[in-house]
Amino acid sequence: MPAVSKGDGMRGLAVFISDIRNCKSKEAEIKRINKELANIRSKFKGDKALDGYSKKKYVCKLLFIFLLGHDIDFGHMEAVNLLSSNKYTEKQIGYLFISVLVNSNSELIRLINNAIKNDLSSRNPTFMCLALHCIANVGSREMAEAFASEIPRILVAGDTMDSVKQSAALCLLRLYKTSPDLVMMGEWTSRVVHLLNDQHMGVVTAAISLITCLSQKNPDEFKTCVSLAVSRLSRIVSSASTDLQDYTYYFVPAPWLSCKLLRLLQCYPPPEDGAVKGRLVECLETILNKAQEPPKSKKVQHSNAKNAILFEAISLIIHYDSEPNLLVRACNQLGQFLQHRETNLRYLALESMCTLASSEFSHEAVKTHIETVINALKTERDVSVRQRAADLLYAMCDRSNAKQIVAEMLSYLETADYSIREEMVLKVAILAEKYAVDYSWYVDTILNLIRIAGDYVSEEVWYRVIQIVINRDDVQGYAAKTVFEALQAPACHENMVKVGGYILGEFGNLIAGDPRSSPLVQFNLLHSKFHLCSVPTRALLLSAYIKFINLFPETKATIQEVLRCDSQIRNSDVELQQRAVEYLKLSSIASTDVLATVLEEMPPFPERESSILAKLKKKKGPGAVSVTELEDNKREGGELNGEGDRGPDPAAMASSNASTPSPSADLLGIRSAAPVGAAPTSVGSLLVDVFSEAGPAAPSAAVNDDGFLSSASPSEDPAPPLSEADELLNKFVCKNNGVLFENQLLQIGIKSEYRQNLGRMYLFYGNKTSVQFASFTTTVSCPGELQSQLNASDQTSGTTGRGWSPDPTGTQHRVLTDFSDAPLLNIKFRYGGALQNLTLKLPVTINKFFQPTEMTSHDFFQRWKQLSQPQQEAQKIFKANHSMDTEVLKAKLLGLGTALLDDVDPNSENYVCAGVIQTKGQQVGCLLRLEPNGQAQMYRLTLRCSKDSVSRRLCELLAEQF
Amino acid sequence: MMRFLLLFSRQGKLRLQKWFTPMTEREKKKITRDMTTMVLSRQPRSCNFLHWKDLKIIYKRYASLYFCLAIDNQENELIALEVIQRYVELLDKYFGNVCELDIIFNFEKAYFILDEFLIGGEIQETSKQMVNRSIEASDMLQETMEEYMSKPAF
Repeated sequence: MPAVSKGDGMRGLAVFISDIRNCKSKEAEIKRINKELANIRSKFKGDKALDGYSKKKYVCKLLFIFLLGHDIDFGHMEAVNLLSSNKYTEKQIGYLFISVLVNSNSELIRLINNAIKNDLSSRNPTFMCLALHCIANVGSREMAEAFASEIPRILVAGDTMDSVKQSAALCLLRLYKTSPDLVMMGEWTSRVVHLLNDQHMGVVTAAISLITCLSQKNPDEFKTCVSLAVSRLSRIVSSASTDLQDYTYYFVPAPWLSCKLLRLLQCYPPPEDGAVKGRLVECLETILNKAQEPPKSKKVQHSNAKNAILFEAISLIIHYDSEPNLLVRACNQLGQFLQHRETNLRYLALESMCTLASSEFSHEAVKTHIETVINALKTERDVSVRQRAADLLYAMCDRSNAKQIVAEMLSYLETADYSIREEMVLKVAILAEKYAVDYSWYVDTILNLIRIAGDYVSEEVWYRVIQIVINRDDVQGYAAKTVFEALQAPACHENMVKVGGYILGEFGNLIAGDPRSSPLVQFNLLHSKFHLCSVPTRALLLSAYIKFINLFPETKATIQEVLRCDSQIRNSDVELQQRAVEYLKLSSIASTDVLATVLEEMPPFPERESSILAKLKKKKGPGAVSVTELEDNKREGGELNGEGDRGPDPAAMASSNASTPSPSADLLGIRSAAPVGAAPTSVGSLLVDVFSEAGPAAPSAAVNDDGFLSSASPSEDPAPPLSEADELLNKFVCKNNGVLFENQLLQIGIKSEYRQNLGRMYLFYGNKTSVQFASFTTTVSCPGELQSQLNASDQTSGTTGRGWSPDPTGTQHRVLTDFSDAPLLNIKFRYGGALQNLTLKLPVTINKFFQPTEMTSHDFFQRWKQLSQPQQEAQKIFKANHSMDTEVLKAKLLGLGTALLDDVDPNSENYVCAGVIQTKGQQVGCLLRLEPNGQAQMYRLTLRCSKDSVSRRLCELLAEQF
Repeated sequence: MMRFLLLFSRQGKLRLQKWFTPMTEREKKKITRDMTTMVLSRQPRSCNFLHWKDLKIIYKRYASLYFCLAIDNQENELIALEVIQRYVELLDKYFGNVCELDIIFNFEKAYFILDEFLIGGEIQETSKQMVNRSIEASDMLQETMEEYMSKPAF
C-alpha cells in the first residue's frame, strides 16, 4: 500500500482496496465485496448517526465497488447528504458518486438539484465549481431544466471568478448539447463572444469550445467571433515561446487554444474584411513557416504540439479552398511528412492529404506523391497506416493513374489484412468502374477481384459487373470468354461461378463458335461446379441452364437429363425443386418461339447510382465520400450505364422480367437485400428499384398536391431570377436530365419525366463545400399568370449535409393550358454566416408535354394546309449557333418530344416533325418544319399549331437550339 | 469533443473510466472490451491513432498503463495525444512520480484531477499551475500521517 502523505486518505478504503487486490480468484473478490456491502448496509441502517467522515468513506467504497463492475442499489441517499456537508472533501465525494452513478429517480434528482442550487449561490468559488462539474458530468434534461437559465448569468457576471467562468462555460456547452431548446439565446450571447478577448487564457480556452458549438448552430449571431478569433490567433502565433508563461507547452505557445481558434474559424467562410483576411493569411503562413524551423526541443511533446497546430491550419486552408498558394504549400508540407520517421506523422499526412486530394487546386500536387503512397501501402508495418494509404490512393485516383492505382490495390489485396479487405474490394470495384475507358479492363479487374478476394466480394460488386456487361454490348463477348477461362481454374470462388453462370447464360453464344468453348463444353464446365455451390448459386445455375436450352437447342437433351434427375426434381429445397420442375416443363412443352420470348436476353438496366458506391457510403457514414467523387460519378456514370436517355420504363421492364424466369431475380434483389434467388419478390423489388433512384420523394410528391409552399422563411423575399436563368432554361428544351445550375457552393442536377399533361421533376442538390448548409429551403412558385396555366407543387426535404442529398426534391407539374413562362425555383440556405438566396427558372417548357404523332406525307401536308391562318404560323430565319450535323439535329428534334417524320418533305435536307401538346383542357396539334441551309449556315424554322400562342412560344424556344 | 477516456493495465484491467456522453452500463462494458482488445493487440511502435466506428481513438502507453481517449471524427489527433500527456503530468505533479498503484488506491483523486482539467469532454484549463492550484485548494484539509493512521481501518 503506498503511503498517502497528502490529502485526506481514507484508511478504511485503502485497506479494502488492498484486500480486493489480494483476492486470488473472482469468487474470493465477490465474497469480499458482499461482506463489505453487508457491512456498509448495516452502518447506513444503524441507529447511530454516522459522522461525515464515515459516510464519505462508505460512499467512496461503494463507488469503488461500482467501478469494479458490480451493481450498487443503495447509498444514493447518503451521497446526496454529503452534498450539503460543509467539508469540501465530503462534498466532493458526494458529487463524484452522483456524477458516476446518476439515478433518474425523480425524488433524488430534486434533492440533488437543491444541493447544487445552494452551492451555486454560495459565492464560494470552489463549491460553485464542484456544482458546475456535477451538472456537466450528469448533463441530464432535468438538470438542464433547472439550471439552463442560471448558468449563462454566472458565466457573464462581472464578479465571477475566472475558474468559475471556465467551469460555467463548459457546463453550459454540455447543457446546450443535451437540450438546445432549453438554453435561450439572449443578452449573454454577445458577451460570450467577447470572452475571446479575455485576459485569462484559461477562460478563453474554455469559452472557445462553447463559442464554436454555438457558432455552428447560429452562425449569424456569432459571426463577430471571426475577427476576434483572428486577432487572438495572430497574437499567439507571433508571441515568443515564453510570453504566455504556463500556457506555453514545451516551447509552443498555447497549442490547445490555437487549435481551437483554427477550428472555430472553420465554421465560417473566409473573412470578407480584407484586413482580417490578410492577418489570417499571415498567421497561416507563419504556422507553415514554423514547420520548417529547427525544433526548439527534441521532446516529442514539442513536435506534437507544433504539428497539431500545423494540421489544424491545413484543415482550415482546405476548408477555405480558395488560396491556391497555401494549398500547394500545405500539400508540400504533408509530402515531407509522408517520409517522416514518426509513424504518427506519416499517418496524419496520409489522412490529411485525402481531403486535399479533393480540392481542384491541390489535386495535381497530391498526385505527385503517388509513388510514396504506393510504397507506404507496401511497406508500412502498421495496418492503420496502410489503411490510410489505401484511402489516399483512392482519393487521388483519376483517369490518368487509375490503371496503376487499381493494379497496386489489387496486388495489395493479396496480402491485405482481413479487417480492411471488404472495403478495399469495394474501392477497387468503384475505381475500376468509374475510370474504365476500356471495358475489357473493367471486366478483368472485377474477375481478378473475385479470384483474389472472393470472400470479400459482396453481392453489390458482382451484381454491378453483370449490370455493366448487360448494358454494354461491346464487352459481352470478351466477358463471356474471360469468365469461361476463369472458370477453368480447379478451385474457383463461388462468386465466380455466379458471374460465370449469369454471363454464359446470357452471352455464351458469343463464344460458342470456338470448339474449345462449344455449348456442351460450357455447360459441362458450369455443371462441374454445381455440386460445390450453395443453394442460391445452384438456383442461378439452373436458370442459366434453361437459358442454354434457348441459346443452344443442341444442349436440350443433356440439360433436360440433368433437370430430370432426382437430386434436382426432388430436391429438398423448395426453390431448387420448383425451378427444376418448371424449367423442365417449360423446355418440353414450349415451342422454340415461345421459349425464345420467355428467355429473351435481359433488357438493359436503368441508369442508377452505383450500388457499390452506396454501400461504401453506408459503410463509412455520410460525408465519407467526397463531393468531387460523387460529381465525377454523376458525370461519368452515364457512360457505364449505356448512355443516357433511355428512360426507365417500369412497366416494360417488369413485364419483361416477369416473363423471364429467374436469372433476373438474382439481380433484382439489390436494393431490397433479398437473398439471391428470391424469385417471388423480383417484380416488386424492381419497381421499387426503378423509383428508388429518384428517391422516396417520388410517391409522396405524387399525392401531395398543394405542396409546402410556405416552407421558406417569410422574412426574406426570394431573390429575382438569375440573369443567366433563361440561358439555363434553354439548355433543357431538348433534354430532360442534366446539371441545371452550378456555382462554388452548390450544384443542382435535374431529372424529369413527362407523361401527357403531367410532369415530374427531381432536383438533386449537391453541396460542394465541406460544411453543412444551415436552414436549407426550396420553394417552387409560378409567377403571374402562369399560376392559372400550370400547377406546380413541390415536395421538399432538407438537404444540409455534405454531398448529394439523399432525397431529392420532387416537383410535380400539371399543365392546365398552354404557357410561355417558366416556374421559379427559389433556394435559400446559410453557408458560413451568409444567407444564400438564389432563384432559377425550372426548365418546364411547353414542348415537354408533346406527344409524338406519326403521319404520312399526305396527312402532313393536308394538316399543314388546314393550319393556314396567318396567326397560326410562326416563322423565324436565323443563323446556326451550333453544329449543323444531321445526327445532332435529329437528336435535338427527337429530344423536343415530337415525332421526326421521314420521307415527308420533298427536300430530304429538311426536317419535319409532328406532335400534340397535352394540356388539361385541350390538345394542341403542332407541325414543325426546319430547313437548314448549310452554305449560308442559316435555318428557316416554321411552326404551325392549332393555337397561335403555342406557335410563337415554340418558335422562340427552338430558335435558340440550333 | 472527447467522448470517453479509459485507463487500463496491460492485463486489460480497467483503472479509470470517464464517459463524457450518457451511456448505458451495457454500452460502457462493450466499449471497454472493444478498446482493451483493440489497443492491447497493437504492435509496439505502431502509430497512436485508430479509427473506430465514427470516432478516432488516441492511445498511449505509460509504463504499465494504457491511456485511451476517444474523440470526434473531425478533432485533432495530435492535440488529443497531448491531452493525455498533460493529464499524466498533472497526476505526476500531484502524486509525485505517479504509478498505477497511485491511481488504484486514490482513484477518487484521479477523478478530481481530471474534472479540473476536462469538463464535458472539452478542455477547461491547460495550465499545469492552475489545475494544481485548484487541486491543492481541495486539499486544504491536510492531514498528517499520524492522523491518517489513527483512523479506523475498516
